[in-house]
Amino acid sequence: MKTVIIKYNAGNIQSVLFALERIGVQATVTDDPALIRAADKVIFPGVGEASTAMHYLRGRELDKLIISLQQPVLGICLGMQLLCAYSAENNTHCLGVFNNVEVHRFRNEGTPFKVPQTGWNSIQQLKGPLFNQVDEQAFCYFVHSYYAELNDCTVACADYIHPYSAALQHNNFYGVQFHPEKSATAGEQILKNFLSL
Amino acid sequence: MLTKRIIPCLDIKDGRTVKGTNFLELRDAGDPVELAMRYCEEGADELVFLDITATTEKRKTLAGLVRKIATHINIPFTVGGGINNVEDVRLLLDNGADKISVNTSAVRRPELINELSLQFGSQCVVLAIDAKRIDGSWKVVTHGGRTPTLLSATDWAKEAAKRGAGEILLTSMENDGTKNGFALDITGEISRSVSIPVIASGGAGSLQHFADVFIKAQADAALAASIFHFREIPIAELKRYLQEQQIPVRI
Repeated sequence: MKTVIIKYNAGNIQSVLFALERIGVQATVTDDPALIRAADKVIFPGVGEASTAMHYLRGRELDKLIISLQQPVLGICLGMQLLCAYSAENNTHCLGVFNNVEVHRFRNEGTPFKVPQTGWNSIQQLKGPLFNQVDEQAFCYFVHSYYAELNDCTVACADYIHPYSAALQHNNFYGVQFHPEKSATAGEQILKNFLSL
Repeated sequence: MLTKRIIPCLDIKDGRTVKGTNFLELRDAGDPVELAMRYCEEGADELVFLDITATTEKRKTLAGLVRKIATHINIPFTVGGGINNVEDVRLLLDNGADKISVNTSAVRRPELINELSLQFGSQCVVLAIDAKRIDGSWKVVTHGGRTPTLLSATDWAKEAAKRGAGEILLTSMENDGTKNGFALDITGEISRSVSIPVIASGGAGSLQHFADVFIKAQADAALAASIFHFREIPIAELKRYLQEQQIPVRI
């Protein structure tokens, strides 16, 4: 099985590589369209800022490539948000795989909540193959200031200030707001589930 | 619900874990990778590795050790000690660190925080502040606590947050190693002053101390070293206790 991690300008992908290594999977980090197209599984990671990342993807036509992929694709954190239609982070039009889904900033004015949300939060209302053998209320590690609202693609919810989407799925596209590569055994199970789709 | 984090800290010297009192009198506490794996199993939420000799001896944190840790543990970890520039950070992140912490180098040149957050994202930039009460007010001290400054700890935390730090790791040098409890006043003051998470450090000696720092000082996470190393407080027992006190924790 060939697993690729899409290489672009959004942050540190080493953690993902190490997590895959811990579950016995060697992945290739690449921005080569042919390699990405030929892969069995594609991981689209990312931390950082939405408009800069989208600008980079468009400049290399990786945007068109990503939305045309037929194999299972997993967006992680910013990767998930970029698969949505729009992000309020610098008013960015994103890839639109999760059609009509918008990403907004957590509003913590007048609350004791901090932004970004940083740490372990539970996920619930788990649906679909990504969460096989993952417990309702399993804890995952999150770091984010922007969130995807609840919508028809939501396959896991979390609650911070209000409920929001912890994971999304549409056809072969999956997205998780948390970092499975840093989420202990629950995260490892989710990565294994994705790789065995 | 977002949980409060329990973070064991491993002070590293010459590739071994050590822990002293008030940053002096080092005691050997074992192999860092072995300890890190034990903490993962016991339910630690995150780990911090500080190369405590790095600043003084101008020695870089060993990238090889970081790589070894990254291949063995599945929770986030931070590496600090002697980080002066973007290249130092890149080396650690490339070897699998999730976050880095800066302390003295950021006091010397605050722009470092901007540069690191721009390059790698705020989520991986932890500003460590060592604070000491001097003439009744909390001031920043550098070089492992040996050099006092005129900088107010709270003002520095606010400035760091503005410059793009993702978290504040606040250590009270008064409390560190004493086991008399965290510095609740300055922890609470800083936690209320910034919108980024504050990790409280220095002084943990009992279960109650952790409950106090979460409830009375609104800390987002609490860090300790020797009480975990020597199993004086097992992490699982601490988390059960906090849960009984209605404090959300990951169990």
